[in-house]
Amino acid sequence: MASSEEDGTVEEKENNNKKRTKSALVTAWLTFYNIAMTAGWLVLAITMMRFYIQRGTHKGLYRSIARTLKFFQTFALVEVGHCAIGIVKTSVIVNGVQVCSRIFMVWFVTNSIRQIQNEESVILFLVVWTVMEISRYSYYTFSLLHHLPYFIKWARYNFFIVLYPLGVAGELLTIYAALPFVRRSGMYSMRLPNKYNVSFDYYYCLIIVMLSYIPLFPQLYLHMLRQRRRVLHGEVIVEKDE
Amino acid sequence: DKHPKWVEILDAKTKDKLCFLDKVEPNATIGEIKSMFHKSHPQWYPARQSIRLDPKGKSLKDEDVLQHLPVGTTATFYFRDLGAQISWVTVFLTEYTGPLVIYLMFYFRVPFIYASKYDFTTSKHWVVHLACMCHSFHYVKRLLETLFVHRFSHGTMPLRNIFKNCTYYWGFAAWMAYYINHPLYTPPIYGEQQIRLALIIFLFCQIGNFSIHIALRNLRPPGSKTRKIPYPTKNPFTWIFLLVSCPNYTYELGSWLGFTLMTQCLPVAFFTLVGFVQMTVWAKGKHRSYLKEFRDYPPLRSPILPFIL
Repeated sequence: MASSEEDGTVEEKENNNKKRTKSALVTAWLTFYNIAMTAGWLVLAITMMRFYIQRGTHKGLYRSIARTLKFFQTFALVEVGHCAIGIVKTSVIVNGVQVCSRIFMVWFVTNSIRQIQNEESVILFLVVWTVMEISRYSYYTFSLLHHLPYFIKWARYNFFIVLYPLGVAGELLTIYAALPFVRRSGMYSMRLPNKYNVSFDYYYCLIIVMLSYIPLFPQLYLHMLRQRRRVLHGEVIVEKDE
Repeated sequence: DKHPKWVEILDAKTKDKLCFLDKVEPNATIGEIKSMFHKSHPQWYPARQSIRLDPKGKSLKDEDVLQHLPVGTTATFYFRDLGAQISWVTVFLTEYTGPLVIYLMFYFRVPFIYASKYDFTTSKHWVVHLACMCHSFHYVKRLLETLFVHRFSHGTMPLRNIFKNCTYYWGFAAWMAYYINHPLYTPPIYGEQQIRLALIIFLFCQIGNFSIHIALRNLRPPGSKTRKIPYPTKNPFTWIFLLVSCPNYTYELGSWLGFTLMTQCLPVAFFTLVGFVQMTVWAKGKHRSYLKEFRDYPPLRSPILPFIL
């Protein structure tokens, strides 16, 4: 659900044969950005593997990669900027929602609710995110360099079929595990009476977030399936129009 | 060219021939052609037909006359289904009646909202009663304006809009009303001064908003579709037209700022903010279309906030 798949890529822009006069500077920046993000998530992947091989357990793994994860996942906000100024052909809202949901998970769930950091579900979504991001960013990098190996394209448009639902499962299980701790501590919550005349219960907020996966996940998943058919098999899908 | 024309209507997406009309009078309007098309395809009533000269072009207007369009002896039009339509009046009445009723339910503390010991009790703060009067007045005014003041240039909008709009209005009304009428409500920090100032702002902007609606109505005689630039009238509340293209939105923002100040309630502030964003989008669009349509449009005017936005 929180995996950042987009509905338009830099490579698809070129496939359409539109002569986009993208300045060399923009291309250089995007290439640098995507290489850096690929590298970042590779570092995360390697650190996670080393931890598990050396310690034989996943306990404490989150703590060891927490800072790197927060840095690279938060840096992805830059992509929303790319969409906003138009150098990447994706809707700001689509990209924004995806990045925000990742940031929500990282900063407002795993970072702030320490008791769930050693849950297996955390490892599950971390592994999913890592594989997806490495394949996604390397796909963009190679497209920008005009040298896209087929297996990277294959990976990007096939891994999600299994990884998406696994990632959703990891995220939902993590939020569910966090609920009793949120309830007990009353964190991020505000009760009446107060001078702003508002109340907020983070516990119910999390429940609403979990429920929102029900309408949102199938839409994203089907969208990716349509993209996959188009990119891998050249099928023209007539979208339902407004 | 006074000879009758042939008219064919094709589907804009599939280019299938949907309808062929012969012996159509050259002075027939698009509206009349839509009625004829409706006869052969009864599921597509005229309000949901979009007829255009080009599959990707703009919709033709109902008043456009056949012989004034760039067509030969056979006119080829493209049809697009706009989907189920609902009249603007219906949408407005539904979306405004909801908040009126919902707020009152919270005000009277109908059971199952607050703890049962508070059922049907009333708040001890007089500002809560004032807020209820203001909120109710606002929506009654809107309902009456919908019925007697506004002249709608489009008859209908897509059906799904009513669900979207009602969720917005009804949802926010419930959220605001819950806190204002809550037994643990905290009245404004600066007390009577704050409430009095808020009430003055609110009433001033309500009158202002109403004045603008009347002025806009008087711009256009009934039935006519001519568009004119609105100008200040003898009513001082309309003098804001000197500085702003859409003062109805300016006054609306002012009313809700007043209500926010009166109730000192964060959900109300949030509702005001969201409304402001939406109205700014509409005002900018309206301002742009005024500039496009009228060469002599007063340059001093801003869309919604004088000199700022």
